[in-house]
Amino acid sequence: MNEVLLPPIDEDCAPFFEGCRQGELRMQQCAETRRLIFPPRPMSPWAPRVKPVWIRVSGRGTVWSFVVPHPPLLPPFSELAPYNVILVALEEDPRVRLTGNLLPREGATIGELDPAAIEIGAPVRAVFERVSDEITLPRWVRGPG
Amino acid sequence: MLKDAAAIVGIGQTRFAKRLEPSEKALAAEAILLALDDAGIAPSEVDGLASYTMETNDEVEIAKNIGAGDITYFGQVGYGGGAGPACVGQLAMAVATGQCRVGVAWRSRKRGSGTRPWAGDRQASAPATWTRPYGLLRPVDEIAMLTRRYMHEFGATRDHLANVAIAVRRMANRNPGAMMFERELTREQYMAARWISEPLCLFDNCLESDGALACVVVSAERARDGRQVPVAIHAFGQGLPSQSHTMVNYWCDDPLTGPSWTCASQLYRHSDVRPEDLDVAQLYDAFTPLIPLSLEGYGLCGKGEGAAFTEDGALELGGRLPINTSGGGLSEAYVHGFNLITEGVRQMRGVSVNQVPDAQTCLVTAGEGVPTSALILRRGS
Repeated sequence: MNEVLLPPIDEDCAPFFEGCRQGELRMQQCAETRRLIFPPRPMSPWAPRVKPVWIRVSGRGTVWSFVVPHPPLLPPFSELAPYNVILVALEEDPRVRLTGNLLPREGATIGELDPAAIEIGAPVRAVFERVSDEITLPRWVRGPG
Repeated sequence: MLKDAAAIVGIGQTRFAKRLEPSEKALAAEAILLALDDAGIAPSEVDGLASYTMETNDEVEIAKNIGAGDITYFGQVGYGGGAGPACVGQLAMAVATGQCRVGVAWRSRKRGSGTRPWAGDRQASAPATWTRPYGLLRPVDEIAMLTRRYMHEFGATRDHLANVAIAVRRMANRNPGAMMFERELTREQYMAARWISEPLCLFDNCLESDGALACVVVSAERARDGRQVPVAIHAFGQGLPSQSHTMVNYWCDDPLTGPSWTCASQLYRHSDVRPEDLDVAQLYDAFTPLIPLSLEGYGLCGKGEGAAFTEDGALELGGRLPINTSGGGLSEAYVHGFNLITEGVRQMRGVSVNQVPDAQTCLVTAGEGVPTSALILRRGS
């Protein structure tokens, strides 16, 4: 993938990407209220004096919305277009809506699924794709995990 | 209280085009000098400056080019298209509190011939870590995500978005200064247009423009003796809702209740003008779906009713609430919404090419989906 589009790993997001490398979806959680915090950050807005923790979540959710981008785009997405981008409302807290891509099957590319097959509300589960030595990204496939 | 304490007494703008030869600096100076001429105020009297953080011309450059006097108030507002009305509102506060006497707000941008910010290097912001690696790259993709959900929840259709695009285009068709002057847009053309990010097509997107605009703010007292019909800054609001993110406001309770709602509650808090009293509105229109979302946020209809509001020519001249009467960002020029401010002023002066008869009040908004701002303008006497 184009280096420009790979996320820079910083101390806030490193535990998320470490989880992805290990095939787990991890979320930051407020240690006091147990509410998920996303995007991750140094402080919990609901208990700024209590250090947030990281937990493993189920990797299940539902499609909240989706788009199908067409050119002009940037490489490598220009070559993949039209592809889909979905927002996944997590089972543990649907207010956390992760951006991702729906694949027809694990290992497929993001342009392979016919966008007509995407339905808001459909259940999806996370799978993981290694895109560089450092970065593994979550992707999504249909069905409960 | 800020209510009616300051007024806009001068407006100026350059030509708008896909490509203009002068630099952003030269265009900014041109627009500002035209605004000062319009106000009948000498550049040496300017002592306040406000613009966008995305503006490439800083206050030092502007002041030395226009021949300003000593500057005693200067400030910039962030978040791109969220900034326009806030620049004017902050000048109004500075004038009302005595921090300056003649304030100039401006925006100069060569977005038509220049680069696309989303195509720039590295991550634009921290939230980009969570969106760009998946191909959610451009503002249009980010707003298309909200649009699809809005359609799903409230039954909005592409016809509703077309209502917006066509209403605003008709305004531009009668505005000789608009990039889309005399260039009609039919529903058939809209429906046949290429996708940019489904469900948004080409005509759901604003123009790519070069141009600059400016306005001059002074006290209400000084405005009474000015050359122009004073346009009072009746109310001003800003809004950055709790736990919201700019453009990708997906990690909150309800992404379809955006910053407009927060901004509106502050805007109306001290306003004598209620939503139902507004004669005309200039609503930030980088993308057509921002219109129904803004209509809802600013209380012009109920939640989820913004799409239906666009039916039966409601947004056109003679309709329930004419909007973007110079053609807006969709069809006049996209200069981060500053043309909405100057057109609001023309409506209050009674000199718009699409004049709403006897208009006394005008809402001017900045972008929904980013930390935002808005003004209510009122025709002075």
